[in-house]
Amino acid sequence: MSDKSSIAYVATEEKPQRPAPASTTGVLGWTKENLFATPLNTALTILSFLFLAWMLPGIVQWAVLDAVWTADSYRSCLEISNNGACWAVVGARFDQFIYGFYPHDLRWRADLAFVLLCVALVPLLWDKTPHRGKMMLLSLLYPFVAYMLIWGDGFIFSEVESKKLGGFLLTMIIGVSGIAFSLPLGILLALGRNSDMPFIKSLCVGFIEFIRGVPLITLLFVASTLLSYFLPRGTNFDIILRVVIMVTLFASAYMAEVIRGGLAALPRGQYEAADALGLDYWQSMRLIILPQALKISIPGIVNTFIGLFKDTTLVSVIGLLDPLGLTQSVLADSKWNGTVVELYVFIAAIFFVFCFAMSRYSMYLERKLSAGDRH
Amino acid sequence: MSVTTLPPTETFRIGMLWTDTRYRSSTIQVIALFIVMLLGAFLINNIIVNLAAQGQDFSFGFLTEPAYYDINQRLIEYDSRSPHWKAALVGILNTLLVAVLGCILATVIGVVAGVLRLSKNWLVSRLLAVYVEGCRNVPVLMQILLLYGIFIEILPRPKAATPMLDGAFVATNRGFYIPSVISHDGAGVVLAVLVASVAGIIYFRRWARARQERTGQIAPVMLVSLGLLIIPTTIAFFAMGSPFSLEYPELKGFNYKGGIHMRNSLVALWLALSIYTGAFIAEIVRAGIQAISKGQTEAAYALGLRPNRTMRLIILPQALRIIIPPMISNYLNLTKNSSLAIFVGYMDVTGTLGGITLNQTGRALESILLLMAFYLTASLLISAAMNKYNESVKLKER
Repeated sequence: MSDKSSIAYVATEEKPQRPAPASTTGVLGWTKENLFATPLNTALTILSFLFLAWMLPGIVQWAVLDAVWTADSYRSCLEISNNGACWAVVGARFDQFIYGFYPHDLRWRADLAFVLLCVALVPLLWDKTPHRGKMMLLSLLYPFVAYMLIWGDGFIFSEVESKKLGGFLLTMIIGVSGIAFSLPLGILLALGRNSDMPFIKSLCVGFIEFIRGVPLITLLFVASTLLSYFLPRGTNFDIILRVVIMVTLFASAYMAEVIRGGLAALPRGQYEAADALGLDYWQSMRLIILPQALKISIPGIVNTFIGLFKDTTLVSVIGLLDPLGLTQSVLADSKWNGTVVELYVFIAAIFFVFCFAMSRYSMYLERKLSAGDRH
Repeated sequence: MSVTTLPPTETFRIGMLWTDTRYRSSTIQVIALFIVMLLGAFLINNIIVNLAAQGQDFSFGFLTEPAYYDINQRLIEYDSRSPHWKAALVGILNTLLVAVLGCILATVIGVVAGVLRLSKNWLVSRLLAVYVEGCRNVPVLMQILLLYGIFIEILPRPKAATPMLDGAFVATNRGFYIPSVISHDGAGVVLAVLVASVAGIIYFRRWARARQERTGQIAPVMLVSLGLLIIPTTIAFFAMGSPFSLEYPELKGFNYKGGIHMRNSLVALWLALSIYTGAFIAEIVRAGIQAISKGQTEAAYALGLRPNRTMRLIILPQALRIIIPPMISNYLNLTKNSSLAIFVGYMDVTGTLGGITLNQTGRALESILLLMAFYLTASLLISAAMNKYNESVKLKER
C-alpha cells in the first residue's frame, strides 16, 4: 500500500472565505439586481429615468427654487420671480383656509374642539390606552362637547352661525360626523339586507341600490333645493346639518355593501354555532358574527371613510365654504387673482396627508388583527 | 303499547306577537310597513302642499319648451331654440362620451400600472407606488380642477402654440385640436368590407374551435384573424381611391379651425378621471394577479403548457374572475364622478338638466328626479350586466 498522505492534499487550516463577487454585493450588486436584471428591466429603468428627468426639474424649479414665499399680492410675486409658485397666497389666507369666516376672537374654541377630537380618538385608535373602556365612554360625549364649542350654546359660549364656518374646519366637521354616523348605519343596513324578513330586506336593498346608483352631487342638490319641498312649510333647518345627513346616508350605503361582503365571507358554521349556543339574534351578532365580519372588512371600511373624506370637497357646489369654495373667494380678490394652481396644490396636499394617514392606519390594523389569527 | 301525547293546546295572547319568535318577524314587518307608509304619505302631502303654496304644479311640460341657452360641446345638432329635452339629451351624450373615453383610458393606465407595480424593477415599482398612493388619496375633484388650472395657465395662446406631430395635434389654452376623419364617396364600401371581415373572423374562430375540439388540430387563429382584419379592408381602401382623409387643424385668425376641437374642460375631466380611476384599477389588477397561487402556474407547467398558454388558459381566466367585478364598479364610479363636470363647465347631463335647465325653469323637483333616474338607470343596467357575468364565471362547485 502506498502512503496516501504523500499524494493527497490535506488542508490543515480553514481557508479564509472570499468575499462575494463585486457584481452581486453593494451598490453595484443592488443596482444590477433591481434595475438592470433583464433587457426589459433595463429598458424600463431608462424610461423611468427619462421620465423623471423630464418631469422633476421643472416641478422642483417651479415649486421650490423659483417659488416666492412672502409677498403681499400676486403681482409682487410675479415681480420677484416670473415662473415660480406664489406660495405667499397660502400664507396670506392660511387662517381662512383653516377656519373659514369663524370669528377671530372665538377661534380658540375651534382649536380646542380639534385638540379634544385628537384626545377622544386616542382610546378608539390605540388599544393600549390605560382604562380604555372608561375613556371610550368619555369619547362618546365628544360630539356634544364639539357641537357646543363650535356652534356655541347661547349660555356659556356665544353662538356662531353656520354660514361662518368654513375651510378645513368645515371639512373636518362633515368628514368626522359622516364617518362616525355612517358606520353604525351601514352595519344596520347590511344586517337588514341579510335579514330573512322580506319587507325589511327589500327596504334595505332599495335604499342601498338607490344611493349607490346616483352621484353624491345630485344628493347634495336634493339637500340644498329639494328638501324644502319634502318638509312641512316653514321648517328650515341648518344647511350643514342637511349636508352631514346626506353625506352620511351616501357613505352608509357603500359601508353596508362592504360589511355585507364581510358577513358573506364568514363560514356558515359561525352562525350555526351561535344558534347552538342559544344566543338570540342580537347577542349572536354582537358577540360572534360582527366582530369577525368587521375585522375582515376593515380595509373596505377605511376605504369608504377615505372616500367620504375626499367627497366633502363636493359641498362647494351648493355654496358651502369648504377649502375649495374658499378658493373662489380668494381668486375673486384682485390681489391674488391667478394663483389657481398654488391653491389647489396646497389643498390637495392637505387632503393627501389625512387620507394617506388613514390608509396607513388601516394597514397597521389589518396586520395587527391578522397576527392574532396565526396563534 | 304506544303513548301518544297531544300537543299542548295553545291560547293566543296578544303579547305573543312580540315574545314568540314565530310571530315576531311578521310583527316587525307590519310595523315597518306602517311607518314607511306613514312617512311616504307625510312626504307626498308636504310636496303637494308646498307646490300648491308656490303656485307650481308637477309636470314635465317644460321639457318641450325652448331652452334659450347654448351648449358649446355637443355631439348632435342643437341650438338655443331647441327644447329642454334636447339639451338634456346633449348632456346625456356628453356624459356618456366622457364616461366611455374615461373607462377606456383608465383601463389602459390601470392595467399597465398594476402589472408594472409588480415588476422586480425597484425604480419602476416605486414610481408606480407613488402614482397609486398619490392619486388615490387626493379628491378627484381637486385633480380635475388642478389639471384644468394647469391647462389654462401653462398652455400657450392659439397664436403662440406650436403644432406637434406634423401639425396633427395642437395644444392651446383654448383646448386641444386633433385631426378629424372626413369620408368621401365609397367610404361605405370600405366600412362594409370591414364589418364583413370582422364577421368572417368571428365565424373562422368558431370553426377553428369546433375543429380543435373534434380533431385536436390547432389552427393558426391569431395570424388568420389579423390577416382577415387588415388585408381586405386595405385593398378596399385603395380600390375605392382612399375615401377617408384627415382634416388637420389650421390657424385662422386668432383660433384654430378644422379638425376636432376638444375643449380643456373635456380633456381635463377625461384625463383626471382616467388617472384617478386608473390608480384604483391598478390596485385591483395587482391584487387579482397576486391572488392566483403559484401552484396554478406550476401545475400548468407540469401539464406541459407553455408560458403564454399558461397565462391565457390558466392564470388570466382565474385572475379575471377576481378583477372584473370591482373593475366594473370602478367604471360605475367613474361615470358617477363625471357629474363633477359642472365644476369645470363641461356640459354633461348634470350641467344641462340639473344646472341651467333647473335654474331657468325653476322645476327643481322634476329636473332632479329625471337626473337621478338617468344615473340610476345607467347604474342598474350595468349592475345587472355584471351580475349576469358573475353568474357565468362563478366557480361551478359540485
